[in-house]
Amino acid sequence: MNAVHRIRSRTVVLPVHDIDTDQIIPARFLTTTARAGFGRHLFADWRFDAAGRPRPEFALNRTEAAGCTVLVAGRNFGCGSSREHAPWALLDYGIQAVVSPSFADIFRTNALKNGLLPVVIEGPAHAWLMANPGAEIEIDVDLTTLALPDGRRVPFPIESFARYCLLHGVDELGYLLSQERSIETFEVRRAQ
Amino acid sequence: MTALTLFEKIWRVHEVVPETADAPAVLYVDLHLIHEVTTPQAFAVLRERALPVRRPERTLGTLDHSTPTDAREIFGGVPIRIESAALQVAALETNAVEYGIELLGLRDERRGIVHVIGPELGVTQPGMTIVCGDSHTSTHGAFGTFAFGIGTTEVGHVLATQCLMQRKPKTMAVEFSGHLAPGVGAKDLVIALIGHIGVGGGTGHVIEYRGEAIRALSMEERMTVCNMSIEAGAKAGIIAPDEKTFEYLQDRPRAPKAEAWERALDAWRRLPTDAGAIFDQSVAFDVSGVEPMVTYGTNPGMSAPIGGRIPERGDESFGQALRYMGFEPGDALAGKRIDRVFLGSCTNSRLSDLRAAAEIVRGRQVARGVRMLVVPGSQQVKLEAEGEGLHQIFLEAGAEWRESGCSMCIGMNGDTAEAGYYVVSTSNRNFEGRQGRGARTLLASPATAAAAAVTGRLTDPRELMP
Repeated sequence: MNAVHRIRSRTVVLPVHDIDTDQIIPARFLTTTARAGFGRHLFADWRFDAAGRPRPEFALNRTEAAGCTVLVAGRNFGCGSSREHAPWALLDYGIQAVVSPSFADIFRTNALKNGLLPVVIEGPAHAWLMANPGAEIEIDVDLTTLALPDGRRVPFPIESFARYCLLHGVDELGYLLSQERSIETFEVRRAQ
Repeated sequence: MTALTLFEKIWRVHEVVPETADAPAVLYVDLHLIHEVTTPQAFAVLRERALPVRRPERTLGTLDHSTPTDAREIFGGVPIRIESAALQVAALETNAVEYGIELLGLRDERRGIVHVIGPELGVTQPGMTIVCGDSHTSTHGAFGTFAFGIGTTEVGHVLATQCLMQRKPKTMAVEFSGHLAPGVGAKDLVIALIGHIGVGGGTGHVIEYRGEAIRALSMEERMTVCNMSIEAGAKAGIIAPDEKTFEYLQDRPRAPKAEAWERALDAWRRLPTDAGAIFDQSVAFDVSGVEPMVTYGTNPGMSAPIGGRIPERGDESFGQALRYMGFEPGDALAGKRIDRVFLGSCTNSRLSDLRAAAEIVRGRQVARGVRMLVVPGSQQVKLEAEGEGLHQIFLEAGAEWRESGCSMCIGMNGDTAEAGYYVVSTSNRNFEGRQGRGARTLLASPATAAAAAVTGRLTDPRELMP
């Protein structure tokens, strides 16, 4: 996992609540044993028509969306299936952060494990972002703030260990493996 | 002593390292269920880092998600039609052998949907922590377990360390009062509840389902309720074990035997939430007025009684959902034409579900132009159903009787519906395209699905009940 400190980008907005992981990456693309290449199927059924042509009206297909790395969406983003292919698809497409008033638990966990930043922003700041696609914003993981174009910094919550992992580009597996002695002790104690 | 909830009692004894402000708890996993779709990339990480599976004996594999339900592909020597799915099946077979994990393979008569076989074999036991790379792992909570879905990275963590890093979730009590009316089932109950608390209503919480209406449910019905906890966004759903739980588990192949059984019973009886324990949130829900429910939109929270109408207005996403479904605000639900019926999935594919549907289908025909797929949750369920002659009822009605698997619930194995078709489905998700690109899902109980199959329209199943 690469370290993430700051993300500066214009936003692309999907003004929809409860965007489920079946929309982010439809199940028919999951019959693979690889973890790369999901980006071309991101939001497949919203991005493309049945003949595979891009739908020009879809936010990600608009010319101004090119190069945007921050996605703003409605509440309960990533609900549904536990498929980690959803954050893999977003990252592979080039999205580095998703801004929403709330995230589904499993999606949030999966996103953080891959260096995709789930940014919880509620209230007027979120409403403003939803209404202003293309806004130039900066997300700072050190400060845990999202800076709006007027310079106002909106704080967002992030679990402390996940933040540490993001800032240092480390994954949890190393930490878990370092707990070997505690795990061993636990197993011995329970076996008694 | 502090009064504790059922969940807190399980959490406490599985903390390898307690959580601090800086780091989540290291939580021990008693049972890791794996399947072909969410594991190959996890095994790849083990390989890259040259790590063994720490506790292969606490890991159990099955094939269900992208696995075919056509008998010819399972038993008839016909290759699995979808090549990439065949590769996933082969990958898990190889990984199981290489890492010493038990896999209930393609032709194993104990194979089935991961959340059906756990309880059926008796590997799911009260007080356990259970994880699987599948969000409907919450199903196992019906046995008083803390069971939740994880992503593939975490599957790798559990394979390598038998542990996960977890922040302790909050707790929510859903207190059910009253009794379900005749002809109304667990599926109707849970759909009504999700409509009440919303698809994000349980986020960050373990929901304990409580009250007389829950005690009155069979174990299979309790599984249906816990299964859909994730559709309310919950981390997990849980129900206190009781005599029904013990009766269900006794003599299951992997349940404790003899003295071990007696010891287990002692421990299990201490699990229920103590009097005076405090939940972070409480919701009261009277079940007396619940009617057969059906969803009309594109998330499981968009539902109404089958005799009701689609609301006149909803939030910003309401319009998009109705456009996808081809419905208008204010439409009556009963009488709407349907094209496909799917009876199956980890929500409703157990013997009691098949019986409930068969009761309505018996002596009737699947309506002209309607195709009905019946997919038992496991090969065991299939055998038992065939022992009772249920398959004959479905086959004589013109329905298809398939091998077990996730099938049309997720549509990964080629079991899908055509664009624009209406599918009455006993599964758990009505998301856009869930059952095939452009297909429109109406979630309902097995009885309601069966009634739709024989009438070709959304129909109150009570009108057809014997």
